[in-house]
Amino acid sequence: MKLSKTNRTIKYILAIVAAFLFLFPLYVIINNSLKPFADVRVSEMWVLARSPSSEGFSKAFKALRQNLINSFILVIPVSLLSVLFGSIIGFIFAKVRFKYSKVLFFLVIFGMFIPYQSILIPLVRTLNRVGLYGKLEGLIVTHTIYGLPISSLMFRNYYAKIPDELVEAGMIDGLQLVGVFRQVVVPISLPTMVVVLIWQFTSVWNDFLFAVTLTQNPLIQPVTVALQNLAGTQVIEWNAQMAGALIAAVPTLLVYIFLGKYFIQGLLSGSVKG
Amino acid sequence: MYCSQKDKRLAVIMLIPFLAVLFLFVYGFIFWSVRVSFSAWDSILPDMTWVGLRNYQELMGSLRFKTDILNTIYFTIFFIAICIIGGFILSYLLFVNLKGEGFFRTVYLFPLSLSFVVTGVLWRWIFNPEVGLNALLRTFGFKAEFGWFTSTYSIAGFNVALIALIIGASWQYLGYTMAMFLAGLRGIDDQLIESAQIDGAGEWAIITRIILPIIKPITFSAMIVLGHISLKIFDLAYAMTGKGPRFVTDFPGLFMFETTFRGNHYAEGAAISIVMLLLVAIVIVPYLASSLKED
Repeated sequence: MKLSKTNRTIKYILAIVAAFLFLFPLYVIINNSLKPFADVRVSEMWVLARSPSSEGFSKAFKALRQNLINSFILVIPVSLLSVLFGSIIGFIFAKVRFKYSKVLFFLVIFGMFIPYQSILIPLVRTLNRVGLYGKLEGLIVTHTIYGLPISSLMFRNYYAKIPDELVEAGMIDGLQLVGVFRQVVVPISLPTMVVVLIWQFTSVWNDFLFAVTLTQNPLIQPVTVALQNLAGTQVIEWNAQMAGALIAAVPTLLVYIFLGKYFIQGLLSGSVKG
Repeated sequence: MYCSQKDKRLAVIMLIPFLAVLFLFVYGFIFWSVRVSFSAWDSILPDMTWVGLRNYQELMGSLRFKTDILNTIYFTIFFIAICIIGGFILSYLLFVNLKGEGFFRTVYLFPLSLSFVVTGVLWRWIFNPEVGLNALLRTFGFKAEFGWFTSTYSIAGFNVALIALIIGASWQYLGYTMAMFLAGLRGIDDQLIESAQIDGAGEWAIITRIILPIIKPITFSAMIVLGHISLKIFDLAYAMTGKGPRFVTDFPGLFMFETTFRGNHYAEGAAISIVMLLLVAIVIVPYLASSLKED
């Protein structure tokens, strides 16, 4: 759109002020992570770190190391399973018409909007019964199941855009539905696979409710819970708290910075319509 | 799409195990929670004695729950208003092709990739009445004694302590509405705007007469998504403030978690969760039904 010069200047100023508001918390967190404990005094939070030190980081890293590993052990299988299951479910709902398919799909999708508090008590009882409560495996199962709606939705929206002729052509070539899925559909699904992969990676990494409810042992808790424990105690120095928050944020931040395009695609497909 | 009967049957058979597990974990568990909410289960040991609506009646009479509902209403209103208005302004700034658009977009969106726990830790320090913004204001000579999330002051039922949480949540979610609006704006035909400009329409007229009507459905979707997020809010409040003095920063999600898993009042916790579910369903079901019907 063409704009006058002064008009454009005002917009630049607005955009820069907004950018400043988004970034200043980042300044606070990085700046204070770098301060040695001796510098962490009451009024000094806003003052630039004079003698940057790795004290906060090494303390936070020591406290969170195992939990970072736990989070990776949790997030990787969940993301991969979400891609596998989501693509199968999404494909069937997008391309096969059967009785009640719309109602069933509605019921699937509703599962991603429920407040998880409403299933938490039965979930704890069930995982307890099958011996998965308090274990990372239990969290993996939980996240994989409750991730099915969003993963299926993302794939369904993508497959709905593939022309039917492409799938039918595969069938005329003598393939069955499974063969078409494997040899025709899967090879062109890569972009959506990446979207689902990083979407699930980010949301499972960032989850707190399931993690705090289903794991009690500090040695197997994911990093979000450990960070909350680290920060929840008042005695701990806040250089270590800030460093801990930064460490916990780095994996998802890296995903965002390097795969931002796919991240935004995932974000936009959360609003149901394809 | 054409599909043989054999293939169709195979597809349905493949779907069954997935749907069975998912529906058990969603609808089976919801049903189970509903049953718990009608029970007398009030300690570690389950007690499924039927007590009817007693837990709900007690909940409606509880001061904490009333405060939670009021907090949720105010939080939702401000959170949605800020994200919609702010998100639109940001998307418009990027839409008019400023240089460095990629940089601005990255900056506005990055908080979305963070966990609410990270956001909570961060903003708890920024709003800390001793060392946070107050300390900064004091170095500039202001008196700055506002208690932020520790304040118990309220105006017409609005606990001002919520301001800190509203700012933290909006900081994280403004990028979401920005991205939604930007996608909508990019879909507008350039010629539509150009011909309006040739006809002498000013920028304001273009915004109000062309752009806003086109992005109205996006605004609606965004409101639904943000609304259901704020009805479920838990992590941010847990990490940033906790329930606060006199529940000034409490929410149903937090109340449910503490009641159930810290206090072992399972039946009451289940009742809270079912109220939450109903609130979310009122918002989501009509939206979901209409958007799936359109396909």
